[in-house]
Amino acid sequence: MTTWVEGFLVILMLTNLWLLGSSRLLSCIAAVSVQGVLLGLLPLVIGIDVPVWRLILQAGISIGFKGIALPLLLLRAARSVDVRREVEPIVGYSASLLIGVAALTASLFIGLRLPIHGGAAPLLLVPAALFTALTGLFIIVSRRSAIVQALGYLAMESGIAAFGLALAEQEPLLIEMGTFLDAFVAIFVMGITIYHISREFDHIDSDRLSSLKDSPQ
Amino acid sequence: MNDRWFAALQFFIALLLAPLLPAVVNRTKAVFAGRRGPPLMQGYEDLAKLLSKAAVYSRTTTWIFRAGPTVGLASVVVALAMLPWAGGIALLSFTGDMVLFATLFGLARFLTILAALDTGSSFEGMGASREAWFSALTEPALLLAFAALARLSGSLSLSGILGGPGVGGGAGAALLLAAGASLVVFLAENARIPVDDPETHLELTMIHEVMVLDHSGVDLAYIQYGSAVKLWALGGVVVSMLAPRTGFPLVDLGIGLGGMACVGIATGVLESVTARLRLSRVPQLLVAAIAMAALAMALALVR
Repeated sequence: MTTWVEGFLVILMLTNLWLLGSSRLLSCIAAVSVQGVLLGLLPLVIGIDVPVWRLILQAGISIGFKGIALPLLLLRAARSVDVRREVEPIVGYSASLLIGVAALTASLFIGLRLPIHGGAAPLLLVPAALFTALTGLFIIVSRRSAIVQALGYLAMESGIAAFGLALAEQEPLLIEMGTFLDAFVAIFVMGITIYHISREFDHIDSDRLSSLKDSPQ
Repeated sequence: MNDRWFAALQFFIALLLAPLLPAVVNRTKAVFAGRRGPPLMQGYEDLAKLLSKAAVYSRTTTWIFRAGPTVGLASVVVALAMLPWAGGIALLSFTGDMVLFATLFGLARFLTILAALDTGSSFEGMGASREAWFSALTEPALLLAFAALARLSGSLSLSGILGGPGVGGGAGAALLLAAGASLVVFLAENARIPVDDPETHLELTMIHEVMVLDHSGVDLAYIQYGSAVKLWALGGVVVSMLAPRTGFPLVDLGIGLGGMACVGIATGVLESVTARLRLSRVPQLLVAAIAMAALAMALALVR
């Protein structure tokens, strides 16, 4: 059983490397979507000690939102604004992967020392969650395209949700639903914003937004 | 003493059968493309033909150009002697031999690059530059994968980490990641498709092939045989990571040979169904291999 859980968490870590290394927007969306599905299945695989209906509800909502609905929404946004297919990184792909390895090392180092293991959580869960959150954060700051930044936000939220799973026994259902709603609304707003930015400025390059001037010269 | 005989046996079998492995790859690709393909013995016949010819040397080259193929073949053969691809203990085995294993490939590459530069051809210089660039990325991946396995098995020699019975069971994810990283190293070092296309003869895109364009006769035979041995050695690394060990030498030998055949067929299938990566994208693949090996190392440290 532990081997299965370990393999599952390693696949979760590999999706992060996939997200960091892929240069195509569609591939990034696929990585985040797979990550959402994995995250939804995670409570079932770990088998934490909460009522079954809650596990299934959580898994269903997570897979439905993060695995299917939000990636589809972003895909639609990408199509409607006719975005370029490359993700236009500020930091190159190879360098991103190496930074990912550094983030992995750091999250293993920290995650294994945090005193939150209730005994039920598997060894690699907290490091994997930290790594996912750090990857999302890095994607947000290192990519120019607004859609990819939204993907980074989604990955970060996945990491936070996985982190919450380690504390699932103490965490009320209401709070979890709250984080889901947060992510949903945020991605929804981002989708709409991206559409409006692109209609106004013919691009969604967030770097160039900083050169806006509010007074006509 | 029995162990030594088995080690010698697997070493000589590998030396004997090495030219067969590229032929298996080619045959698989031919079957995929609906052709009949060259016979399986083609490698031996090419070697016999080349060995009976004399080499031609350009007047601009020096002794380095002549030393390249010989040193290259010698280093990969010694590296093969350290690899227990069919289990047990290899012919050459001592603590830390995995570093020498990687170094010998580096030595062979260094001499090949020098020999390529020695000709003064600009195409060969381009190939040499790419070879140096890519191998700088494959070496960390291979060494990290070895380090992860060394940590898992608690041994510091290739025979300990690859030949022992304990590797196959229980290591799980870390082992698979290390094997994945070594598979990428295998493809990159042997100029296989996602990295380099062995079929193409367009100097602008070639990597390994372009460096040996000026070699002929016996030297070319050495290079071809050396690359077959290298294919066997690095394929053997992947096989010995994944193959189960029974502890009976002859059964293990059969499993090892079957594994090598699988590597050949898998390479052929991979070359038939995928396209070659754009040259600027190759480092990305190799860095991904490094990341996988680093993840394996991290998992091995955590256990």
